[in-house]
Amino acid sequence: MIETRQLTKIFRDKKRGEIRAVDNVSFTCQPGRIFGLLGGNGAGKTTCLRLLATILRPTSGDATVGGYEVVAQPEKVRANIGFLSTGTALYGRLTARELVEYFGRLHGLAEDVLRPRLDALFTALDMNEFRDGRCDKLSTGMKQKVSIARTLIHDPPVMIFDEPTHGLDVLASRAVVAFIRECRARGKTVIFSTHVMSEMEKLCDTIAIIHHGRIMAEGSLARLRDQFACQDLEDIFVRVVEATP
Amino acid sequence: MSLRNLGLVYRKELRELLRDRRTLISMIVVPVIVMPLLMTGLASTAAKLGGKVRKEIPRVMVLGGEDSPTTMTALRALNSFEWVPPSPDFTNLISDKKINAAVRLPGGFDAAVQAGDAATVTIYDYEGEFKSSLAAQSLEQFFRSRRDRVVAQRLAEHQLPEKLLTPFEIRKTNVASPQKVGGNVIGMILPYIVIIMCLTGAIYPAIDMTAGEKERGTMETLLCSPVARAHLVLGKGLVVLTMSLATACLSLLSNGVALMLLKKTLGAPATGGALPLTIDPSSLLAVLVMMLPLAIFFSGALLAIGLYSRSMKEANSYLQPLMIVVVVPAVVAALPGVELNYPLALVPVLNVSLAGREIMSGLVHWNYIAVVFCSMCFYAALSVAVAVALFKRESVLFRT
Repeated sequence: MIETRQLTKIFRDKKRGEIRAVDNVSFTCQPGRIFGLLGGNGAGKTTCLRLLATILRPTSGDATVGGYEVVAQPEKVRANIGFLSTGTALYGRLTARELVEYFGRLHGLAEDVLRPRLDALFTALDMNEFRDGRCDKLSTGMKQKVSIARTLIHDPPVMIFDEPTHGLDVLASRAVVAFIRECRARGKTVIFSTHVMSEMEKLCDTIAIIHHGRIMAEGSLARLRDQFACQDLEDIFVRVVEATP
Repeated sequence: MSLRNLGLVYRKELRELLRDRRTLISMIVVPVIVMPLLMTGLASTAAKLGGKVRKEIPRVMVLGGEDSPTTMTALRALNSFEWVPPSPDFTNLISDKKINAAVRLPGGFDAAVQAGDAATVTIYDYEGEFKSSLAAQSLEQFFRSRRDRVVAQRLAEHQLPEKLLTPFEIRKTNVASPQKVGGNVIGMILPYIVIIMCLTGAIYPAIDMTAGEKERGTMETLLCSPVARAHLVLGKGLVVLTMSLATACLSLLSNGVALMLLKKTLGAPATGGALPLTIDPSSLLAVLVMMLPLAIFFSGALLAIGLYSRSMKEANSYLQPLMIVVVVPAVVAALPGVELNYPLALVPVLNVSLAGREIMSGLVHWNYIAVVFCSMCFYAALSVAVAVALFKRESVLFRT
């Protein structure tokens, strides 16, 4: 489960002054459900997810991820999440197998647990053909599969996806969407950010529209449609954004 | 402190680096192959060119001397010079390297010598120009031996012994062992080479594992792991240290082999005169021990610079002034008169360079060496602490 309480992140920039990238954000993501963060560029999606992944430290507020506090227990939080974003690239000089093994070991997996889990993951994701290929020689789709294997190798209960289909072709995007659904089916807590409306509609049980670092609307797709008397998510999003001062 | 995690990060970073062609170039190709090749190549080329120039007959002009047939005949009899007709433009001819030297005999030189009057022979050359200096030396040698003969003749005429002019002899004898003599000479250069190689070997790995990771987008991937950030940066630091020491050791080894080959092929004069270039292995080991905290200091400092930089390009721009900051004290230590003392023992890089020189020469002041070692350990710990602190700062890791 993920629970955020008045989570706030302020960046200080010499030219732009104080930037409230995430502003008093509170929400809850339940296990076996997908929580979607929908927002435009610079809305605060990535910062919010980085706070949950403990890559960044909140300025104020707090969050609990998988039962651990992001401020007080960041290492335990990281041990219980799989984080996949456009910023999480692969080590080009390692092979797919070496990379996944490395992260498995960093998560403290013993060799007798790591080996069978790696074999099962590579088979499930259809990666055996390129398991010994260097990551810098792989196609974008193959790289995304390696990233997915990296996030799953320690079987975390919480999955955090930041625009996971960004830059992928249709087939690779569909594979990622299928993988996120599978995470939900396996009872994992999933938080997912995107600005692609169709993915939100297809995947998310709860949608939160984020703008200027604040959550402006939150609920299931059906509830949002009722609230804004509008069927199209894109129209709902535009209304929310335009209503923001 | 989890040694398992440190080991994991260390092995992965090392594996990645060794798969990078640029690492192999900076760590093996440059110090192990290029530098010794350059050194031996330059030395043997210089020796060959020097030998060739020595064989060439210099073009020399005699000014005056029409009324001094004895000296002129003796000069003309020398077949080691090509005689050029006199010209009033002789200074330009020497400057333009058309001729190598000129000699002016004063009017009535032979008569003055015969009469015992003072006379001055002037030799003109192009100072610093190798061929011209050789020609001037040969001319000077000719006139010196001629003067000695005149002196001997005059003494004989007065029935005085030749020893009258040399009441006693002066002899200089070296009492230092060949190791000490060699150590003193090598001590000037060896610490400098080791310091520069420690730095050279550390630069690329340090910026590749920090600024390079930021640039390639793998930093965020790494930060997602549950390993403490201090362990991540220490693992990286150990790899930088390994590369730094490996480069220095490989460089020493290859330069040593190159030096031996050079001695064998060209003989002692080409490799630093008749000095025995012997190194005491225990001194060499002591120098390497002194280098250890310096290599840690470099590793920490370079990691900190790499972490602060947004890209490898930015890191490189910071490293250029750093090279000067390191090279200058390393060179200053080789200057004559600069000796190790308490204030200098606290100056990083310079202190290790001076200590290395002392150790190699066999004259060791343990009090200074202890201060050097302790102060460098302090600087090393400080630079590593700065790198660890920077790795924990998100404003540095996500600097835009």
